[in-house]
Amino acid sequence: MAKLTVEDLKKIKESAKGTVSLRQGDYRVKIMVHMGTCGIAAGARKIMGAFLDKVQESGSTDVILTSSGCAGLCNHEPMITVEVKGSAPVKYIRLDTEKAQRIFDEHVMGDSPVAEYALAVGSETTY
Amino acid sequence: MEDLSLHILDIVENATAADASLIFIGVVEDLGKDLLRITVKDNGRGMDPDMLEKVRDPFITTRTTRKVGLGLSLLEQSALECGGELVIHSKPGEGTEVTATFQRSHIDRKPMGDMGATLVALIAGNPHVDFLYTSDLEGEEVELDTRVIRVELDGLMSMNDPAVLKMIQELFKKEQ
Repeated sequence: MAKLTVEDLKKIKESAKGTVSLRQGDYRVKIMVHMGTCGIAAGARKIMGAFLDKVQESGSTDVILTSSGCAGLCNHEPMITVEVKGSAPVKYIRLDTEKAQRIFDEHVMGDSPVAEYALAVGSETTY
Repeated sequence: MEDLSLHILDIVENATAADASLIFIGVVEDLGKDLLRITVKDNGRGMDPDMLEKVRDPFITTRTTRKVGLGLSLLEQSALECGGELVIHSKPGEGTEVTATFQRSHIDRKPMGDMGATLVALIAGNPHVDFLYTSDLEGEEVELDTRVIRVELDGLMSMNDPAVLKMIQELFKKEQ
């Protein structure tokens, strides 16, 4: 039977010592993958997987990955919301794994939102 | 939904939305009867008989962001399409149990898909909820109990730590 063994768990606990405390309470960035029926059907699970890989690769300890429900914009799924503490949240729409990777590199790590994938930037113009 | 693991991800989200603290997910096959059975049982707030009667209707939902709720309806459709059925038991205050059965060999029966990715997504999104997953497919048994993992992590790491999630994913890759 396949099971996580106590040894497996001890190993990751050892390897992650000292890096984990941040993730528990305090974080710098929260990535929410929208996982309503619409999001799941459109491929949200793949987007979650892509971000999980990126968070692990980057070794960052201040990024939280979580899920949320349907935002009522089902035609725009898969969607995520990226919240950088101290900045306005950004909703990204119609994602694929490549777009997700770019958002991670530029917005999550580089603090510069990827405007072209965002739902909207501002709401009105005067010209 | 492309496969059964996506259906599971979808309907387990109902359980977490019902404030469940423990969710059992079971997948078993009965080769003698040619059946595949998926059970999702939660200890959430449950439904009254009135809601239970209406819950398969796509135009019934508890959500507020839109007026249709397709999760259970789609699962029921997938089960019916291959000679199966969807059975729901629920009691207010006690929880809900959803069982979907499929004729295993039916040509329209969707493949299982990636249960590892489904569990990782569920745990990442609901790190404070406990999940017990057991499957017995093609002679391979898998068991994952987040209560056991939580005790072992001893508060040093949270369930949704990428290192923990990665390990859960690996467990399923070994199986495939």
